[in-house]
Amino acid sequence: MPTDPVRAIVGEDATREVYETVYRQLGLDRPMWEQFFVYLRDVASFDFGTSIRTGQPVLQDIVHVLPATIELATFAILFGAGVGIPLGVLAAVKKDRWQDQLIRIFSLMGHSMPIFWTGMIGLLIFYAALGWVGGSGRMSQFYIGLVPERTNFLLIDSALAGEWEVFRSALNHIVLPASLLGYSSSAYITRMTRSFMLDQLGQEYVTTARVKGLSRRQTVWRHAFGNIRVQLVTIVALAYGALLEGAVLIETVFAWPGFGQYLTSNLLIGDMNAVMTCVLIVGVIFIALNILSDLLYRIFDPRTR
Amino acid sequence: MTSDPILDVQGLSLRYPGAAEPAVRGVSFTLGRERLGIVGESGSGKSTVGRAIMKLLPDAEMSAERMRFEGVDLLRASEAQMLKLRGARMSMILQDPKYSLNPIRRCGDQVAEAYRTHVRCSKRAAHDKAVAMLAAVQIRDPERVYGLYPHEVSGGMGQRIMIAMMLLTDPDLVIADEPTSALDVTVRLQVLKILDDLVKERGIGLIMISHDLNLVRNFCDRVLIMYAGRVVETLDARDLDRATHPYTRGLLAAQPRIGGPRAPLPVLQRDPSWTMEAPA
Repeated sequence: MPTDPVRAIVGEDATREVYETVYRQLGLDRPMWEQFFVYLRDVASFDFGTSIRTGQPVLQDIVHVLPATIELATFAILFGAGVGIPLGVLAAVKKDRWQDQLIRIFSLMGHSMPIFWTGMIGLLIFYAALGWVGGSGRMSQFYIGLVPERTNFLLIDSALAGEWEVFRSALNHIVLPASLLGYSSSAYITRMTRSFMLDQLGQEYVTTARVKGLSRRQTVWRHAFGNIRVQLVTIVALAYGALLEGAVLIETVFAWPGFGQYLTSNLLIGDMNAVMTCVLIVGVIFIALNILSDLLYRIFDPRTR
Repeated sequence: MTSDPILDVQGLSLRYPGAAEPAVRGVSFTLGRERLGIVGESGSGKSTVGRAIMKLLPDAEMSAERMRFEGVDLLRASEAQMLKLRGARMSMILQDPKYSLNPIRRCGDQVAEAYRTHVRCSKRAAHDKAVAMLAAVQIRDPERVYGLYPHEVSGGMGQRIMIAMMLLTDPDLVIADEPTSALDVTVRLQVLKILDDLVKERGIGLIMISHDLNLVRNFCDRVLIMYAGRVVETLDARDLDRATHPYTRGLLAAQPRIGGPRAPLPVLQRDPSWTMEAPA
């Protein structure tokens, strides 16, 4: 989608003079390296420019959309890892038995069903038909604007303000999209956990533990599981990163005013300041997650100390 | 051999799932408070015998006329019963401490765990017990070694830790599955000596699985020679040179000797009938 940042501002019908003026105002007539250094200087002072679409400083937009996505992705990864890891371990322990086959089907489904489709079906069943969960958005329309914005994490803000009704509404709204997202990433986590675990169960120290008189369950959790933690941290961190940047589809289906939606809609209209900032943030998130998982390695594996 | 055998195995056969041929066929022996060597080449089924006795191969097809351990019928023993036997009354020393110790747990904790699995006691008591046992396998600074991780100890030290872990609960039967194959020649004898002393001192029945004829000759009372899943010959260790079975004779002949003639060693001539005939 080739977009012209100048056209994005001035519109299709602008005269040549207007176009040229804006072109120069944006500094696009200057050499590439100079433009780049100007950009770096601005970024260093936290000036990310203004978004054309919203007319607000990009940073201010981000402060609103990113927490919404972090909230969603965090719940999703808690669900995904909380379901995926135990299922993966179970599948490894019961390799080739019916439990393993069942888990394989479950995770294959999670992997293959498109998330926008499960999102719509989920809304149809759990919201429209059963009424167990809230519909789209972060909370009921009724509560919007009721809670003072401090962190922009709705659950935290509402708890801080002591608005428990809003908190409950927010929780009600996040459950469905988060568990659907979590389900799709649990598919991957389950498969990886299974293969990590199978690897460990073939090791000699597992036999040692059995010889000592430990049951299979004790052997798996006390000995083998500790040895897959490092690998699990890596894949869960990567899955979390993917959720933070790529929850566009579910955000669209659930009208969740998040980062993915913000990035995508700005990309489509060529809102360059916003897009570049978003890309930068995605990079920072991945680096931060990698540093975090490196730190966790040191805790989990004595050989890296 | 003393009166009652610790272990009495008759006609043990075992087939791994998916395998065409059984790995062990009709193995019989009894073990008293003695040291029994099981010798054979790779794939002869000697390690499988050890694991079958401990019932560590639940997926394999196992049958036997008799398999008794100190009055317990192992063939009928449930997994719950086996959990009480394993590590308490029977244990096994594995080959390579580099792989047989859990890399992310402190050595001492792994030793203490063997005790705590079977004896209800405080952490402190298990710790003290483990330290004492580490001292018994001649580790000089047991308190320090207790806190080391497996990658921080040498092979010889690792194997002594393994021995400490497996003898801590005073078992009656210890199966040593190639306990020194992974060690340097220089520490091999030292580790064997420690194992041997403890086994004698505590009156443990030891099954030493090995492919090293000389080692078995020096450290065992009796020797079973296995070939293709069968016991082809049983001998007193000191009579090893008087072996009659052509396979055993072939193995002995294929050993190099210091000061012997510098002619090429004879190659073992295999006879298909060895896999058919019943043990002599």
